[in-house]
Amino acid sequence: MDASTTEVALPATSLRSKDLLGIAELTPEEILLILDTTEAMKEISQRQIKKVPALRGRTVVNLFFEASTRTRTSFEIAEKRLSADTLGVAVASSSVVKGETLVDTAKNIEAMGPSMIVLRHPSSGAPHLLSRLCKSPIINAGDGLHEHPTQALLDAFTIRERKGRIAGLKVAIVGDLLHSRVLRSNVLLLTKLGAEVWVCGPPTLIPMGLERMGVHTTSSIDAAVDGADVVMMLRIQLERMEGGFFPSLREYFRVFGMTDARLRRAKPDVIVMHPGPINRGVEISSEVADGPYSVILDQVANGVAARMAVLYLLAGGVPDEATA
Amino acid sequence: MKRLLKGARVVDPANGRDGAFDVLIDGGVIAKVGKNLPASLADGGQVVSLPASFVVCPGFIDMHVHLREPGQEHKETVATGVASAVAGGFTAVACMPNTSPVNDNAGVTELILKKAADANLARVYPIGAVSRGQKGESLADIAELKAAGCVAITDDGHPVSTALLARRAMEYASMFNMPLIEHCEDPSLKGDGVAHEGPMAASLGLKGIPGIAEAITAGRDILVAEMVGGHVHVAHMSAWTTLEAVRQGKSRGVKVTCEVAPHHFTLTDAMLNAPVPYDTNTKMNPPLREARDRDAMLEGIRDGSVDVIATDHAPHHADEKNVEFDRAPFGIVGLETAIPIAMQTLVHGGVIGLSRLVELMSVNPARIINVPGGSLSEGQPADITILAPDQSVTIDRTALVSKSKNTPYHGHTFRGVAAATIVGGRVVFVNNASGLALAAEGR
Repeated sequence: MDASTTEVALPATSLRSKDLLGIAELTPEEILLILDTTEAMKEISQRQIKKVPALRGRTVVNLFFEASTRTRTSFEIAEKRLSADTLGVAVASSSVVKGETLVDTAKNIEAMGPSMIVLRHPSSGAPHLLSRLCKSPIINAGDGLHEHPTQALLDAFTIRERKGRIAGLKVAIVGDLLHSRVLRSNVLLLTKLGAEVWVCGPPTLIPMGLERMGVHTTSSIDAAVDGADVVMMLRIQLERMEGGFFPSLREYFRVFGMTDARLRRAKPDVIVMHPGPINRGVEISSEVADGPYSVILDQVANGVAARMAVLYLLAGGVPDEATA
Repeated sequence: MKRLLKGARVVDPANGRDGAFDVLIDGGVIAKVGKNLPASLADGGQVVSLPASFVVCPGFIDMHVHLREPGQEHKETVATGVASAVAGGFTAVACMPNTSPVNDNAGVTELILKKAADANLARVYPIGAVSRGQKGESLADIAELKAAGCVAITDDGHPVSTALLARRAMEYASMFNMPLIEHCEDPSLKGDGVAHEGPMAASLGLKGIPGIAEAITAGRDILVAEMVGGHVHVAHMSAWTTLEAVRQGKSRGVKVTCEVAPHHFTLTDAMLNAPVPYDTNTKMNPPLREARDRDAMLEGIRDGSVDVIATDHAPHHADEKNVEFDRAPFGIVGLETAIPIAMQTLVHGGVIGLSRLVELMSVNPARIINVPGGSLSEGQPADITILAPDQSVTIDRTALVSKSKNTPYHGHTFRGVAAATIVGGRVVFVNNASGLALAAEGR
């Protein structure tokens, strides 16, 4: 970013939208506001009594139409640390199995007056549909193949924590680019903040036209990792092999698996990230996942703080008062 | 009763007419077309004075609509569909067989024709299924369908399943002079795609349908048509690669024709994201494609490669569309927006003249499905579309006559409308804003 524009752009003090639908809708200033607020939230998470009254009296509904352990737990802990009343609605126990539409489910929940809805849904754009119908703020906790904005925010926070900056870093993202919402949110965020993003995977798993998002695409893992400050591995799902995108998990690991030997091409202070859950021996070897460069568990810890920041800001909070 | 249409511009390319002519209708047929016909010719009937800017042309024929009856009457019925057709300026429609049950036998064909006769607005030409139940396995009873009134065959909604079945269908249907209308789509490449495969789908996380999924099946059928001497008509063409295949086929003398829907020569997949992200009224099959494809469709219309403009009118109930993007059905309504879009984009936009528009929307569809119409020749049925080329309209989905309101054009303004629609000499629709001293007549 050039210096003059940095000076002109005032630091954001709140989010413009009532929702967090994706990184696409955020300005760089808003992203920085969330990252700064995450800093404050992380401090709360390190206290002995990890709880502040910021969302007392507010009800947050976690509406999950897709299995999730990590994201759902992370949101619930974040909500509880902010003293919100939380309610989880899981698909199996909801009336969706009775044939109710998403629109009707949402209208019913909205009628009960929640303060916020956290939505995880297998259809891309489902949060956008909900946001047109609901007055309550919607937080996208992952929609189809589209976005997973809080994952990208916690990733960016983790990178900034380790590297002190994001602009100018070389970030290599390796794996299933076609089916990854983590990829899309990370590409949007990292390019908005000025990183040089390389994405890498078998050509069968690179969506047509991805390079228009401002990234370098390659199927050479050595080219992607070469001189990288950050290496981010994406999960490979077994069903992709069954869909014929690559011949076998064994062959995938042979060509794209992250090993110590491959990592040597990166910068000496490289960090290795993974949104989880990891497949040891498929996209990443245990020596790398558990090794000195891995920040995978830091990501999980930071996830709670990043989600606290988002909940707090969408509830109308002001950063300075967060920790009071 | 006689009726004399006076003072307007007549565009009748089949007879080489484009200029100030008067048209005399007598007993449901065109009796005379000439310059300055005396009012006395009306013989006590009606003399209709039209503004000189209005255009009288042979009735527009939409050869690709879904009337949804039988089986899906919550979306549209034959009666509401033909009401929508005449309100959009169409005097005839050809309806697709993917009803429930499928139009693969005379019973369904006769039901559609009876409903059409009851409604008594636009003419309805049923199109029969290629395969029994549109299952892609064995041929439907095509001779029976022809005898009952079907004008073409198609498995629309799906491609004809194999090259072999396409071959058999074209060979067999050639006995009856019926074209095979092909919904071109390679199912393996389409997969569970919901949007055009390209940068927009990539950024929105939508599964893609590549343009070549269409071109591959079109290429297959053009080769089949060439070998067996059949006639294949490529429905709702959307991809530049398909247009190339059609051009190559035509240049080799293959009997291949093609149609383009208004949305494919006006919109692109940018609409998936703006103004309303994931708007299910921008979801149709084939999908809205990239600017390169859209521009190719315009070029094909301009250079004569495209034969027909057809709407692929695909009504869906609001409840069916008010869901997640990937769960919504494909399709939009088109009958009432086609003329405004075509007039604005093609005629006022300088792509083609009115005469070519009449070829695309009247002459050629009549020729391809072998039905009356397409000209104002004396003795022809008096099916007439009257255009008000300079009258503007802002599309309001709530004002659509169709039972369904699924249009991406809500709020769009276009110049050029249908002022009146005449079927068999009877005025079946008059645009109230046109100022015409005409009224729609009862049955």
